[in-house]
Amino acid sequence: MSDLFAEGGKQLLLGNEAIVRGLIESGADFASTYPGTPSSEIGNILEKISEQAGMYFEFSVNEKVAFEVSAAAASAGLRSFTFMKHVGLNVAADPMMTLAYAGVTGGMLILSADDPSAHSSQNEQDNRYYSTLALIPMIEPSTPQEGKDMVAEAYRVSESLQLPVLYRTTTRVNHARGVVELGARTMPKGTGHFDRDVVRFVNIPAHARVNRNRLLEQYRKAQEMSEASPLNFVEGEGDIGIITSGVSYTYVREFVSGVSIFKLGFTNPLPEKRLADFIRSKKAIIIVEELEPFLEDQILRICGQNGLSVPVYGKRTGHLPRAWEFSPDSLAGIRDLVKVAELKEPMPRTEVKLPSRPPTLCAGCPHRGLFAATKKASVGKDVIFCSDIGCYTLGVQPPFNCADFIICMGGGAGAAGGFDASTNQKAIAFMGDSTFFHSGVPPLVNALFNNHKIVQVILDNRTTAMTGHQPNPGTGRDFGGVTTDALDIEQLVRGVGAKFVRTVNPYNVKEAVQVMKDAIEYDGVAVVISKCPCPLELKKRKALVPRMCEVDQERCVRCHMCLKTIACPALIKGKDGSVSTDPTQCIGCGMCADVCPKKAIEVKQ
Amino acid sequence: MKYTVQIVGVGGQGVLLASMVLGNAAMKAGYKVAMSEVHGMAQRGGSVLSTLRFGDDVISPLEALGNADMIMGFEPSETCRNLQLANRDSVILMNLDPVLPSMVAAGFEEYPEISSLVDSVKAVNPNVVTIEATSLAIEAGKAVAANAVMIGAVAAMRGFPLEKDILLETLKEQVPEKFRDLNGKAFEMGYAHIANQ
Repeated sequence: MSDLFAEGGKQLLLGNEAIVRGLIESGADFASTYPGTPSSEIGNILEKISEQAGMYFEFSVNEKVAFEVSAAAASAGLRSFTFMKHVGLNVAADPMMTLAYAGVTGGMLILSADDPSAHSSQNEQDNRYYSTLALIPMIEPSTPQEGKDMVAEAYRVSESLQLPVLYRTTTRVNHARGVVELGARTMPKGTGHFDRDVVRFVNIPAHARVNRNRLLEQYRKAQEMSEASPLNFVEGEGDIGIITSGVSYTYVREFVSGVSIFKLGFTNPLPEKRLADFIRSKKAIIIVEELEPFLEDQILRICGQNGLSVPVYGKRTGHLPRAWEFSPDSLAGIRDLVKVAELKEPMPRTEVKLPSRPPTLCAGCPHRGLFAATKKASVGKDVIFCSDIGCYTLGVQPPFNCADFIICMGGGAGAAGGFDASTNQKAIAFMGDSTFFHSGVPPLVNALFNNHKIVQVILDNRTTAMTGHQPNPGTGRDFGGVTTDALDIEQLVRGVGAKFVRTVNPYNVKEAVQVMKDAIEYDGVAVVISKCPCPLELKKRKALVPRMCEVDQERCVRCHMCLKTIACPALIKGKDGSVSTDPTQCIGCGMCADVCPKKAIEVKQ
Repeated sequence: MKYTVQIVGVGGQGVLLASMVLGNAAMKAGYKVAMSEVHGMAQRGGSVLSTLRFGDDVISPLEALGNADMIMGFEPSETCRNLQLANRDSVILMNLDPVLPSMVAAGFEEYPEISSLVDSVKAVNPNVVTIEATSLAIEAGKAVAANAVMIGAVAAMRGFPLEKDILLETLKEQVPEKFRDLNGKAFEMGYAHIANQ
């Protein structure tokens, strides 16, 4: 297994592990995040090792706060690192835009883990544009090795410009694994000091106007650094030039031959002079980049300003796709322009009809009980299920079909209020405990303030489950030498003024049905807290009490109520219609027993 | 030299552990290694794919369709689902132990006969080797050692460039000490099963 404190040598590291090693080698003092795939493993590792690394680390309540705590540390002269998934940076964009005006006195990296193909996201937005929007430098590694190495270079850039730097990765960098040569470790400083500078750090309009000019001047210097940066280099010979960055570079390097490659690692601002010289010496230019034509449009502008009429091929010419992540196969689009490796013909698709295998809620997942109860309680009613980002998103699948509207983290409850005010339908919002703390409290307060008669269900499974079981305010914290108490959700909800508040254990499905019926009937804001720990998290901690459900075949009338309502993967329907439980999956939660009309299922210790 | 293994299966079967063992063994053998893994949402009972590439000069974490030298299939329907990753000359290691998707378990969908899955792969590829990894693992001592059986089997596959000893040594390093003997035994049984075919 990987040893991120090793003194040297080489290891096979996940991109995210390599980035953590980069922090250790750079002596990063401070790190903060809200978990989000594909960046989550960085936090899971730091939770375990930050203390040993002499680094402060926290799971913040959301990305905006994560950004702000790291911004403060970097304004106190330290090296800070805030990291999040691409959509998380939308949440943190507000402080980012003005922090750029103030700048930092230490070094600050903002890691944005983008997710082309939306493997585990709601969109595939291209966050490279945030660097041009905020006017901050951007560094983009292509491999795990670069993921580690470029951390040190990015801190040098940040400190010399006194600007935060966008450290932009994608899924195939974060979740790639490669051999990484380790460097020397640097000890963190540990404690910073904030020196008052009111004009810089207090962006009232008069100061903001001054700082706007400061930012433009620093951005001009960043341009010079990019021109001189070793992260931007040319390799290979040929009349045709390919300009590329990130993981796309690896596909070009291995699958295209006979070309000259301009590999960009410092991708904002671009090294315009060097690019113009490169383009001038070529017969044609191809831009290979995932998602939007970010480089391509700037290169077309550079060509225009430099009077270059070299043809530029890419997305604007239809040679490469704009949607979804690239793979070596994406290079088929430029096969008529350059020599792309000959590929073997794939075997045909099988003609056997294969069963679908989408990701699904786990066996014994308490969300199953709450969704089953909600379905039953809302029969015959015109309801809108406003769901959210988390495991419970999987409630979109049958038999639950408990997701009609999902936008973003915390977005379901806000939308529910809007549906209540604009339709005669009953809006029911679902969100997890971590999501509630992230951005679910303001929409609840909004609903109370504006009298939106919604049901807000908080699926409190005592962890941040989907991203790999990180702690959240509802669990309290116990790592890195800091321990805090758990925050009581029910008390918080009552504290902001909710009158209808019910806590229910969703394993008691019948009771949950009654609670949901009452909540739907309630003439006001109803909050239901569905409280039951995630069994996967309990398993990890070896805290799951071994139990098992057994079907009494004598009593079972094969009505399949258990399958139709709970649909637990631990329930197996035989060819003869009989139902049994799979002992390798069943955790004995008893939800199926609770809905069985013949009491044919028994929970055994 | 370049070699690509596409490891396919279902979340929870040990696909990631197997790819770690093969990847670390390739690094020890002095090769460059580039891998890509599936994390996050797909792990909740969904299909998983791990790409392992190693050789004198590899850097891309993904492989082109059809270009894999081997499919290491942990689950028969997943092997069938991913045939396009390889070609007629590739070798295919196919574990025959099914993992039923939830919609099959609940009776809403059917799982095809295992023999029809094997036949459909054999119809397009002459280099298919089958194994019942879970039964062999149970014979070795415990069902969880099925992925050690699979790694042992890979070591015996025709044309696989990594030495058996390096794989076995790496496997033992990657598992907790108390399971070393069990995994070692399972590995040998997987190896023997393929070597004797």
